[in-house]
Amino acid sequence: MNFTFSKEEEAFRLEVRDWIAHEVPPKWHEIDAWLWEETDESWDISREFQRKLANKGWLAPAYPTEYGGANMGHIKRLILAEELAYYFAPVGVETEMAVNWVGMALLHFGNEKQKKDYVPKIARGEIVFCIGYSEPNSGSDLASLQASAVEKGDEYIINGQKIWCSFAHLADYCWLAARTDTQAPKHQGISIFVVDMKTPGITVRPLINILDRHSFNEVFFDDVHIPKDNLVGVKNQGWYQVAMALDFERSNIQTAAGNRKLLDILIDFVKTTKRDGKWLSEDPIIRNELAAMATEIEVSRMMCYRIAWMYSAGMHSNYESSMGMLFASESFRRIADLGARILGYYGLLDQDSKWAVARGRIMRTCLAALSIGVGGGTNEIQRNIIAMRGLGLPRK
Amino acid sequence: MDLGLTEEQEMLKKSAREFLIKECPKKLVRELTANDEGYSPELWKKMADLGWMGLAYPEKYGGSGGSFLDLTILLEEMGYNIVPGPFFSTVVLGGLTILEAGNEEQKKRCLEKISKGNLIVSLALTELDGTYTAPSIKTAAKLKDDTYTINGIKLFVADANIADYVLVLARTNFRAKPEKSLTIFLVDTKSPGIQVTVLKTMARDKLCEVVFNDVSVHKVDIVGQLNQGWPVIENILKKAAVAKCAEMVGGAQASLDMAVNYAKERIQFGRPIGSFQAIQHYCANMVTDVDGSRFITYKAAWTVGEGLSCDMEVSMAKAFVGDAFKRVAALAHQIFGAIGFTMDHDMHLYFRRARSGEVEFGDVDYHRKIIANQLGL
Repeated sequence: MNFTFSKEEEAFRLEVRDWIAHEVPPKWHEIDAWLWEETDESWDISREFQRKLANKGWLAPAYPTEYGGANMGHIKRLILAEELAYYFAPVGVETEMAVNWVGMALLHFGNEKQKKDYVPKIARGEIVFCIGYSEPNSGSDLASLQASAVEKGDEYIINGQKIWCSFAHLADYCWLAARTDTQAPKHQGISIFVVDMKTPGITVRPLINILDRHSFNEVFFDDVHIPKDNLVGVKNQGWYQVAMALDFERSNIQTAAGNRKLLDILIDFVKTTKRDGKWLSEDPIIRNELAAMATEIEVSRMMCYRIAWMYSAGMHSNYESSMGMLFASESFRRIADLGARILGYYGLLDQDSKWAVARGRIMRTCLAALSIGVGGGTNEIQRNIIAMRGLGLPRK
Repeated sequence: MDLGLTEEQEMLKKSAREFLIKECPKKLVRELTANDEGYSPELWKKMADLGWMGLAYPEKYGGSGGSFLDLTILLEEMGYNIVPGPFFSTVVLGGLTILEAGNEEQKKRCLEKISKGNLIVSLALTELDGTYTAPSIKTAAKLKDDTYTINGIKLFVADANIADYVLVLARTNFRAKPEKSLTIFLVDTKSPGIQVTVLKTMARDKLCEVVFNDVSVHKVDIVGQLNQGWPVIENILKKAAVAKCAEMVGGAQASLDMAVNYAKERIQFGRPIGSFQAIQHYCANMVTDVDGSRFITYKAAWTVGEGLSCDMEVSMAKAFVGDAFKRVAALAHQIFGAIGFTMDHDMHLYFRRARSGEVEFGDVDYHRKIIANQLGL
């Protein structure tokens, strides 16, 4: 057992840190747009940054080099992800989706043409995808989705509606899950398609989130014709392909690292703020709570490291990924709450308010916290996975 | 970075689990918990023959030269099974203190005997405050010629009722700051003036009151240096905290395993209760706590074993595990329902240890204070 990193890995960490410090434009920190707070301006900065990352092979480091990746191992990728997240580099959800969900799935299930057409461009940061999974009547019960793809000649015709589709208004393509067999049991009638968002018949309608930002959308497909070749993998096997691809990339240290950043913001605040003549950092309750939070964040980090180590040792993770996500998301909620308790009134102030503290970060984190633990699989679903897949508890 | 166990460690874990299931079944656990001495000499001898006592002692003192991490792996299994008796006090509290601060003669004498299973030692530290601070130590050792006379009361001393020796932390300087005024003495429990009373604790784990009434100790029985006992104790407290975490991780795992098995078998409303979401979610929460506890404990144990600065790691482990084991045990009880509320059922044996473990060697708030300091607040 060894909790240290190799000299090479440590050097890599410092290299990444240094590079981030030089490459992130100051404007990015001013805008301070975290998850679900994206604006057109933040989007542009992110996309440009991602192209810079791509030039180093660091946008899609897991991909083989012939596809624009760096063939990077799990531990180094963990380090890269942790540093990017902690130092708040402009690497957004759209990257996660394109690189880790779509790109990885294409590498596993796509045909040669699809791999060549899309994967290098994903790795170069040239194209992004939105994910067309959820529907108004299919959230946690995703397999019940109804959007249809009917085979006709050398095309598929798509009809239906997707919802909570992040960045559909900005994405080049949609990674779409649609029903191709209405007779089969629900899990066995789903297929995956790549859909060019410029295809006629697609309407994107914004949904404004509670951070008052346009992140996600409704997407309507009205007789959208796509080439048959846009089917990814095996027809009607889409559910299983996606499930397998998701498993691979759920180490997600981003939330845990982001939590550590929030903790450091709070530590900095209490060390520099007096209340009633005393430093907040001297208050025993605050000390106790921050210590508890620091402990949780360290446990969370260990959970993420464990997953990366398992993969690096040739093991496959099972419930560990769900556990990592679950724990980090609940920590996120707790640290948002702790921040609010510590900041008091100041914790209610938004970024552009007079007297705002830390760019209104705490206020916005409290709101954002309502989506962490819902998006990407609710915490209840994660617990179901841990219980049934991890502990073997029965479904019925 | 490598978070796996070595082959030897895996074997130790497996063999310890199998040995204890066979040699220390719950029936024996209950008997020993109920009786005054609280340990089985037969089992003790078998553990000594397996080399368990000397696992982390250097070979030249009769041990097998294993690491602190190895010891924690063994302790996890002992916590999984529950093994009543003075293993923790002798091997961790007594032995590690002597290893750290004793002179060659003391080390050779005591550690060899401990490794062979021929010596039981404990550590008398806390007093009426029940805390782990230097100022709380009022037990005094006053020198006349070459002999110290010890007077005072120690509480919550594990296994003092059966220990051959007890290491006593006493005040030897009455002018300097407490942290520079304490000395560790190796005291024969048969010395005149020692009175031991077993306290009736939640876990029936033989924590004792030990009264010292003009107890004579020769100055050669000082362990370490005069007035320099406190830094030694601070180090031992860290090791003891992590060792206790290891036991607690084992206990939490056992609670989880029992609850999950029960949830698969218990039928209500025509289906196993483990098919209901509420129960599934409890189990998911429990395994999250168990896994989190295990890795934060391993990290602390590894750091201690490497001789690296470990204050943060140790306190994070104890702060987390202290809460986590309680949560796990409580949820397990909830899953068992009324049957878990009976003496015959095993679950309460673990709950009692969760509550006890939380307190020993620093509770959650004690360790959070240390973490806050380490964070630079």
